[in-house]
Parts: sequence; structure tokens; C-alpha cells
Amino acid sequence: MQLGVIDYVIMLIYVGAVLGIGWVLRVYMKTSSDFLTSGRSIPAWVTGLAFISANLGALELVGMAASGAKYGIATAHFYWVGAIPAMVFLAIFMMPFYYGSKARSVPEYLNMRFDYRTRCLNSISFAVMTLFSSGISMNALAKLLHQLLGWDYNASLWICSGVVLIYVLKGGLTSAIYTEVLQFFMIVLGFTPVVYLGLKDVGGWEAVKTQLTQVAADPAALDLNTKSFGPDAWTSAWKPLLGGPESNPMGVDLFAMVFGLGFVLSFGYWCTNFLVVQRAMAAKDMGAARRTPLIAAIPKMFFPVLVILPGMLAVALASMGKDNYRLPPRIIDTSDYAPVIAVVQSADAANVDAAFNEIADIVGYKMSKEKVASIIQDNAAGSLSQQQLKDRIQDAVVENDYDGIILSLVKKYCPTGLLGLALTALLASFMSGMAGNVTAFNTIWTYDLYQAYLVRQKSDAHYLWMGKVVTVAGILLSIACAYFAKQYNNAMDIIQLVFGFVNAPTFATFALGMLWAGTTGTGAFVGLLLGITTSAVFHSLTLAAGNVPGLKGGYIAVVKTFPSEMAQNFWLAAYAFLVCFILTIVISLVTKRTKTNEELKGLVYSLTPKVVDHEQNWLLRPAVLGVILLIGCVILNWLFW
Amino acid sequence: MGLDIRWPIGLMFSLIGIILVVYGAITGKDAEMYQRSLGLNINLIWGALLLLFGLFMLVSAKLAGNAQKKEEK
Repeated sequence: MQLGVIDYVIMLIYVGAVLGIGWVLRVYMKTSSDFLTSGRSIPAWVTGLAFISANLGALELVGMAASGAKYGIATAHFYWVGAIPAMVFLAIFMMPFYYGSKARSVPEYLNMRFDYRTRCLNSISFAVMTLFSSGISMNALAKLLHQLLGWDYNASLWICSGVVLIYVLKGGLTSAIYTEVLQFFMIVLGFTPVVYLGLKDVGGWEAVKTQLTQVAADPAALDLNTKSFGPDAWTSAWKPLLGGPESNPMGVDLFAMVFGLGFVLSFGYWCTNFLVVQRAMAAKDMGAARRTPLIAAIPKMFFPVLVILPGMLAVALASMGKDNYRLPPRIIDTSDYAPVIAVVQSADAANVDAAFNEIADIVGYKMSKEKVASIIQDNAAGSLSQQQLKDRIQDAVVENDYDGIILSLVKKYCPTGLLGLALTALLASFMSGMAGNVTAFNTIWTYDLYQAYLVRQKSDAHYLWMGKVVTVAGILLSIACAYFAKQYNNAMDIIQLVFGFVNAPTFATFALGMLWAGTTGTGAFVGLLLGITTSAVFHSLTLAAGNVPGLKGGYIAVVKTFPSEMAQNFWLAAYAFLVCFILTIVISLVTKRTKTNEELKGLVYSLTPKVVDHEQNWLLRPAVLGVILLIGCVILNWLFW
Repeated sequence: MGLDIRWPIGLMFSLIGIILVVYGAITGKDAEMYQRSLGLNINLIWGALLLLFGLFMLVSAKLAGNAQKKEEK
């Protein structure tokens, strides 16, 4: 795909804008609090859009389109079940403690509420996690840009990181939050025309539904799934779930979806993850802090149109075979071409089976036997050129590269000009995710690890300096993680797995800490540790259908087999949460409280005076807004029932 | 803090909008190029929308700035 001058001009304007924001803000960065917590000065609509933009990284954009293709409209559960209710809960019940306690970070709140042990566990695991998740997303994006646009992997990685480094270093968290708002509009306005053109091309939503109904009967034709499903499997959000794990492509049952995803995982992420909570904590007053997640929830509710629909459109287009569109296949490694071509050239055209197996082995992806056979025959009949061979070998791969869907649509519909805008939107999503991770990391490092345990009682100027140093270090470490992810894909899977174990029970600790004054420091810490252990043990004893024991679970014994990995994850979260919840209560009952009621004032629900909403306009009160959002959410679920 | 974010957002989108509109107007006759976008001159249409959005941001930043100045007086 060729980019025109105009496309690069648009990208440069965007880069100029984000760097300009950092440059203007540099004069305000006087104390460590200005740099790391924005000095609590930002209006709610800004923190709200930043809240959602920090979450909308490149992986989310790419991954949700992939899930949209694989699972259809049910992917929207990650929004309507797995996000909105938790965001409303955060705003109404949890923000008063986070913001009111004057804690500068989520781990610092844990220190105030419990003791240094939970803070330490939470801050270390979170700090490492932000680095790795930023590395994973950087690697994924650089790879995508390399494979589909031919950009240099190293250049994309370093240039994008360099831009983020400059504006975060200049303007700190404020700069990250401001650019996130700009990135939010960039992402929405950059992808909307692509979705619109795709929808128009298929012939509107009803036509998409008709196509997907056909796909559901035979998803194997597009290599989407090996089974066949009822007609509404891709187009209804709830009906296929009610039929049990066998009747929906996610392979998930209702309980796992509602309790595992909708409660445990979703509340665990939205209510305790410092990456997003930090945005709300930077708001200028309590009202603004509480409105932050609510304002964020409004666009979040409609994001499925932007991020999931493209995946469904791609499937519909592929099923229509319009303009020969197909779901993007996995890209063959360039070093594999030479051996494959050698096999093609030496193969016996009359008996292609042996050659086919050999080729499929080298490539490592599922290949079409017919296409490979025809390459061999055509080559035997009259020698094909190297380029023809390469193109046709790539064309013979049938395994889908779901992560390439977004870019395949951008390529299909965007003429020069719009192309620049859509690619800028992709880069913006990447930068917003990365800046989010880096600003969360530098705060946790400086306040929760460095100042708390390593170098105490220094001047504020010292911590401001440390914050800046660790911003540079954080970006360099993320880049290192990206290279690590490129080299050791499996090691990365293990790391993500471990984070999954740590995250699953976390919400139980927070919920008990905030709602029950009787929770003790020991109860919280031991309960959390045992919850994490439960995740690990659960994982070692269960397996998803189709996987072999090992990294994917079941390495001690396979006690239970789940229909899909998603179901395994949701159930794991449910168990880890329940164990953490129950054990924290039991241990708290038998251990002594170390904090008095007076010390817990402002940290626990029953000991904190109710927040009085001062807003003149009753519509802006968190509880009212929250109820409106939940009603909207129910309506959306009902519409796509 | 110091900067109203609507200024940079407004400036950026106005500028990109103008570029796309001009580019769309120049290339409008190139039917082959716009085959991709289903025959629509998407650069012109979308550029105009971005420009409108950018201007809206600029105007609202200006109005907010004026209101604040008045308050300070």
C-alpha cells in the first residue's frame, strides 16, 4: 500500500500537536505533584475522556475487531456487561475514598487502609505489569505496521516511543491526560469514516445480519470456527449464551459471563487499576473525580460500533466475497519463502500430498491443499516467477490473522488523504495506551516504591527529578519488553498468565476494605495471597477443550475441561474472587485490627460522612447520571438481545 | 492548568480538515482514486466535517476564555 505525501503531512500535524501540548505545559511542572498527579486541577470532561482513551490502546482496537469477527455482537459484553456497571460503581461508591483519602495512588490508598504489605504487593505487581503490557502492545503494533505497510519495525517502535517520551517528560501527567483527549477525538474521527464505508458497502446493518446468519451455519468456510451454530450466534448478544457454551462461538455459559466477566474481572479492572483510576484522581474536585468515570462511560457504551462492528463487517464482506475480499491470512515469515519454493520446485506434480505436508510444516500455518496443489501444477507446467510463487504461497494460507482486520479495512476503503487520517488514529491509540502506562508507572515507582521504601524524607525537588528519570527509564524498559515479546512469545504468555492470577482476586480486597471496617491488614494481605494462589492452582487443574496440558493449564492434572479458554478464564476469576473474599473475612475475624475507627475515617464507607452533592444541576449528580447510564446500558442489551 | 485543551484540538482538526478539503477538491475528478471509497469524495466530505468540528472547538475555547476574563475583572 502506497502512502501519499498528504498522508504523512496529516501524521506530522498530529505529532506536532501532541508535542506542542507538552511544550506549552512544561512551564507548569514545578513540583513532583504537578508532574505525577497533575496537582488535582483538571475539569471532569477532560479527565473523563482521558480515562477512556488511556484504556483504548492499540491492543484494544485491534483485539476487539478480532473478537468481533470471531464471536460477533456478543463481544459487546466486554462493554455493556464488563465495563459500564463497574464504571458506575467506581464513580458512586469508590471514588469518594480514593479521592477523599488524598492518596496519590491506588497502592497508597491500600497503605492507608491496611498496611505496607498489601501496598507493596499491589505496587510491585502493577509496576511490572504496566511495563510488560506497554511492551506487548508496542510489539504488536510495530509488527502490524511492518507486515502490512512495510514500515521498519525498529523505526516505528523508537519513533512512536520517542514522541510519547518527549511530551510526557515535558508536561507530566497533565500532558498525558490532555493528549489523551486529543487522541480520543483522533481515534473516533479517524475510524468512523472507515466503519461507515464498510457498512455502506455491505448494504447496511440488516444486510450484515443476513450475511452473518449464513456464516453462523458454516463458520468453517471462513475458518472462523470448526462447529456450526444457530442462525443468531453472531448477531444476538444474549440468546446464544442462554443456550449454553455449546451454542455460542465464545464457548461461555451465562454464569461465567455475568459473574466472571461482568462482576469479578470487570470490577477488578475498572475499580482498582491505577492506570484508569489515576485519571479520575487528577480531577479538580470531588464532584469532578466522581463524574470522570461516568463521562467516560458515555462514549464507552457506543464504542462497539467503532471497534467491534469492523470485525463483523469484515466477516460479512468475506462471506459475500465482495471484490474478492477475504479475512487477512497469517503472514508468512520472509525467511520461510526460500525453503518452501525449493519444495514446490522439486515436487512431483502428480503426487502433491507429501509436498503439501512439507510446505505446511515449514510455514507453520494452516494451508489450503487445493491452492498448494495448483501452485505445484502450474509451476511444473511452466515455471512461475519468484514473485508469483511468493504471492501464491501467501495466498494459500487459510489461517486468519484476526489482528490484521482493522488495517485490511483501512487499506480497502481509504484513498490517500483519509488513509493518513485512519493511520494517524491507529498511532494515536497506540500512544494513548503507552502514555497511560508510563504515567501510571512513574507515579507508582516514585511515590509507592522509591519514596516509601528506598529513599525517604528528601526534598520535593528530588522526587520531581526521580519522576522524570523514571519516565525515561520506564519508556526504555517498555521498549526492552517489546523486543523481549518479539523474541520470546511463549515467555510473554507466561507473564500475562501470572498477571491474570494476580488481578483476578484483587477486587475482593478493595471491596471488603472499603465496605467493612472489620477487615484487618493481615486478613487483606493473606486473603489476597491465597486468592492469587487459588488462581494458579485452578489454572494448573483445568484446561480448555482443544488445548494440550502445559502453558494453557492442566499441568498438574486435568480435573475439569472448559469449552473455551474464555470460559476457563472467567471461571478462574470467579473462584479466585470467592476464595479471597471468604478467607479475607475469616482471617479478619480472628486477627486484631491495627487501625482505629478514627484512622479509618475517609477510608471506609460506614466511618465516612456521606458526600453531599453540591451541584445545583441535579442532572450532574453522580447517582442520577449513574442510573441514566445503567438504563441506557439495559436498553442496548435489550436492542441486541 | 494553564492551557485549554480545546485550543490544540481545534487547531489540529481545523488544519487537517482544510488540507483534506483542498486535497479532495483537487483530486475530485479522479474517479479511480475514489473507487475505494465507493465513489464518494470522502476526503472532501470528511475534511469538511473535521473542519466544522475544529472550528466548534476553537469557538467554544474562545467563549470560555472570554467568560473567564470577565469573571476575573
